[in-house]
Amino acid sequence: MEPRRPPRTVSDPKVRQVGFVTPAAAPPARTVSDTAAMPAAGASQELPLSGSSLSPVMIPPPRHDGLSARVTAPVPVPIAATALRLDNLQIRVGSYNQSEVLLGTPPMTSPSSRVEDAVSEFSDDVSASSLYGRTEPDKVGTAFPGRSGDLMPAKSVVAGGSIGGSHTPENPPTTSLVVKTLPGITEKKRGMLEKQHDEAAAPKPLKEKTTKAERRALQEAQRAAKSAAKEGGGADPTNTKKDKVVKPTPQKKDVPEVAASSGKKVDRPLEKERKKEVLPLRMQFDDKHKVEKVKQRAIVNQREAKSRVEFFQRLPQYVHGTQLQELEAKFFQLDAVHPSVYKVGLHHLSGKITGGNARCIAMLLAFKEAIKDYSTPPEKALVRDLNAKISGFVSFLIECRPLSISMGNAIKFLKNRIAKLPLSMSELDAKASIQSDIDRFINQKIIIADKVIVRHAFAKIRDGDVLLTYGLSSVVEMILVYAHEHKKKFRIVIVDSRPKHEGQILLRRLVAKGLNCTYTHINAISYIMHEVTRVFLGAASVLSNGTVYSRVGTACVAMVAKAYRVPVLICCEAYKFHERVQLDSICFNELGDPDAILKVPTHVESYLYGCMDNDNLQLLNLNYDATPSDYVSMIITDYGMVSCNQLLIYCSVF
Amino acid sequence: MTRMDFEVVVLAGGASSNLSPLVSQELPKALLPVANRPVLSYVLELLEGSNLKDLIVVVEGEDAAQLVGGWISGAYADRLHVEVAAVPEGVGTAGALRSISSYLTANDVLIVSGDLVTDVPPGAIAATHRRHGAVVTTLLCSSPVSGPSDSGTSGGKEKAKKPVRHNIIGLDPTRQYLLHMATGAEVEKDIRLQKRILQAVGQMEIRADLMDAHLYAFKRTVLQDILDQKDKFQSIRQDILPYLIRTQLSSEVSGNGLVSSESGSNKSAVQDELRWLSQHREIAPSTFQDSQPLSLKSQRDDQRSHKCCVYIANESKYCARLNSIQAFSDINRDVIGEASHLSGYSFSAQNNIIHPSAELGSKTTVGPQCMLAEGSKLGDKCSVKRSVIGRHCRIGSNVKIVNSVVMNHVTIDDGCSIQGSVICSNVQLQERVVLKDCQVGAGYIVTSGSEHKSESLARK
Repeated sequence: MEPRRPPRTVSDPKVRQVGFVTPAAAPPARTVSDTAAMPAAGASQELPLSGSSLSPVMIPPPRHDGLSARVTAPVPVPIAATALRLDNLQIRVGSYNQSEVLLGTPPMTSPSSRVEDAVSEFSDDVSASSLYGRTEPDKVGTAFPGRSGDLMPAKSVVAGGSIGGSHTPENPPTTSLVVKTLPGITEKKRGMLEKQHDEAAAPKPLKEKTTKAERRALQEAQRAAKSAAKEGGGADPTNTKKDKVVKPTPQKKDVPEVAASSGKKVDRPLEKERKKEVLPLRMQFDDKHKVEKVKQRAIVNQREAKSRVEFFQRLPQYVHGTQLQELEAKFFQLDAVHPSVYKVGLHHLSGKITGGNARCIAMLLAFKEAIKDYSTPPEKALVRDLNAKISGFVSFLIECRPLSISMGNAIKFLKNRIAKLPLSMSELDAKASIQSDIDRFINQKIIIADKVIVRHAFAKIRDGDVLLTYGLSSVVEMILVYAHEHKKKFRIVIVDSRPKHEGQILLRRLVAKGLNCTYTHINAISYIMHEVTRVFLGAASVLSNGTVYSRVGTACVAMVAKAYRVPVLICCEAYKFHERVQLDSICFNELGDPDAILKVPTHVESYLYGCMDNDNLQLLNLNYDATPSDYVSMIITDYGMVSCNQLLIYCSVF
Repeated sequence: MTRMDFEVVVLAGGASSNLSPLVSQELPKALLPVANRPVLSYVLELLEGSNLKDLIVVVEGEDAAQLVGGWISGAYADRLHVEVAAVPEGVGTAGALRSISSYLTANDVLIVSGDLVTDVPPGAIAATHRRHGAVVTTLLCSSPVSGPSDSGTSGGKEKAKKPVRHNIIGLDPTRQYLLHMATGAEVEKDIRLQKRILQAVGQMEIRADLMDAHLYAFKRTVLQDILDQKDKFQSIRQDILPYLIRTQLSSEVSGNGLVSSESGSNKSAVQDELRWLSQHREIAPSTFQDSQPLSLKSQRDDQRSHKCCVYIANESKYCARLNSIQAFSDINRDVIGEASHLSGYSFSAQNNIIHPSAELGSKTTVGPQCMLAEGSKLGDKCSVKRSVIGRHCRIGSNVKIVNSVVMNHVTIDDGCSIQGSVICSNVQLQERVVLKDCQVGAGYIVTSGSEHKSESLARK
């Protein structure tokens, strides 16, 4: 586990670029065999690499990738070790120089010419095949073993004679690699699941596919040419070794060339790195090393929360009380953050803006403002610099309060738009285009989506209905008001909960508009559910397995409704969908102010007052919960009304 | 671009009358030494610590401006970028602002009084201002224990005569909004409150233990409009601030076109944003509301045409203004005493600062919380307690200095006793002078053997 972490969080761009190249640099995997410990390291090292090149969005693909990796695993070539490469280079120099000298005489006339040959031919060839191994498992499965089967025995003949033992143990290590990669891959899958919160991840797959295709086409062509060339001198067993000798340098030269030819490719890996750097994978806050690291980077030194519930220690702890003051005090020290973004961050932190839609809109408007004031620094590309800048803003916002899923999706969208800007576009045009994109996003995905949802939901309200809602949801409020304005006769039950009492806000507004309301707390839910005919609930997100991620308490309401056979309708804009699968509300959640639950407004002094310092008391204030799809009758989105089973399709469409 | 869209104006004042005889033509208020550093340096260093390096310092009077400018360019040449602006004397704080308001361009303006000695981060006020989108945000801190030194008295004697006056400050229950403010001089037997504000808020907390620290964050456009339109306004504190507080519920300000012209240069963008917001608000009102669901205020919040906010400094922070002689001695004492982190000096084991070049005679004691600057000489059997002694002073034998401030190049002959006094530069005290609670102006010569109590001595 340990070695896997550093490359992910601290992805040094240079190392990364090498890593991107490494699939081509096949030999390391073989040299790996020289040291016993390396295969395992190699396998785990591969993770970040393949993680970045595989599509992390859909859940099925990882499994498929696992398969592909399994197929390719026997082939020693594609297993590339990023971090090991430097070592390998040295090792190789040591071990292969000798072999080169020895081999120099038999097959060809002069070593130097052979070297050149290898530069021109085999480097490309191997890079192509190794990349193949990545993309097209079946082909490699057939092609590679065959070839290696051809080559290896021959090689071992020569090697056994001339080089000695250094190459003979080739096969055993490969098998060990097979064994080792499998756990690695399952880890990777898990890593991907975790990563889904990583906003930057999503724009990748699309691009990735195109590049892969491009790359493949290119390399297929090259490979055809090479195989033709190989016909002449290729059968020679020493070739592979020549590759190894020469490859390291030519490969590096070679790949940028390829990248340059395909244009966009140059940017992408870098961009990805940036995203990774700024938006790390979900932090595990019980990992002390990482917490220390993050603390060093953090703008505000976060204090340890006093009473942690052990179960939730890995989540970011609530530190609001002190954080606001410290963040305010550092107002002028934060250069990189645009004032409008800063303001939104403070509003999120102080709870002035709450709710998925409002937070998302506020953030987007702030970004828009920041983009308006943005000017590309000299000698930098707008696409890259702006994306980095946005990432900086996002990490600031995360520090203020963990992002909501709606915000995450919006950021994903925005970054995707920025990344897709043509390089030739002028700065002014680019900025204008992004700003209009933001406007369009707000308008289409939120405002119009809400209107559509209201229409759909309206169709489900009949005269004489008793509608129950929980907490405060902007869409549900709109539905109720809309139905009231269109002369539906219905009654509303507003269920509320401590400590936020958001339902009171809704109650006040609805009563002011002349709607007939009943207000109760969630304790009375089973009592009141008798009379209810429909339950309308809002959601922070709907996950791809139909789980509704929403304000804590929603699951309880939905469950009681199910028990009483009352239909539960979830209203959620499609932009809040997320492809993550979550089975419970423990693995991911947001912690609220633990002290808030101690404060009971009716008492001047709470009975628990003064207990806060007691070590035996641990307070837990969760913000969200997960409602299983069993309890949900229907989800009303801007695409229409869908049942939970169909949701996966919509997730992928979006 | 200015940092976080904030500009900083330091109002350094001029030859303030209530500080005579300490302040003179040669020594404007801004350069009065506090622990042997000009008082202005405390503000400048506070701002520098907050990364605010582009400042405008406004000084009353050409001569004073030159002195201040000279000092700043010498002391902060490579650290700060300061523009010193001279304004005619007696124009008041509002007048001073008026004369430079055309140079201001940023969205918000941070206005700091040059006589402020504090460790409250200015960023906190600025951030609060931003967070609330307020028109004005002011820093309030708890008033010093010795009572507010607002009355402008010189020394304890006159102070005792006048009744102690407090600032009356009205806050909303969340202590975020400023609802009422009356300065000490205005307060008579009863206070008049605006009914409308009271109605809107429901509850008002009235406090007399808070002091306005004269650190404000203003929205630039509003400030400029007020300065333009109300040309009678003299002072920020007595005119502009009460005006803004008074009008915070009425539409008067917006009727005057203050708020409507707010957008200014970036009009299109702001309008655009508002359009989006209002559009959204129409269909999703619940997403745009204030945090307090139950208080009446939130309901009325939309009616509030602009907000006047406060930032109340933490009790543990030091905050004082050098606006009277009493305050001058207090601050001098505090800076080398309880608020020693402000002075920037490192204290010795005896909790005092004695410059290595200072010379002490035999059997001379310098107590804790004292400061002895370079080149000063003390004779035998002297005793210094809780006092600041400036540079190159010559002090004879058997001299007692308690609770006093002695500035530079002062000559004190044998047998003097000085208590609770301020001795300005180049003063000569001849033998056996006894001073208690006195102020001695620069260059004055106190003849030998004279005794003074609670007097202000200065050259005619």
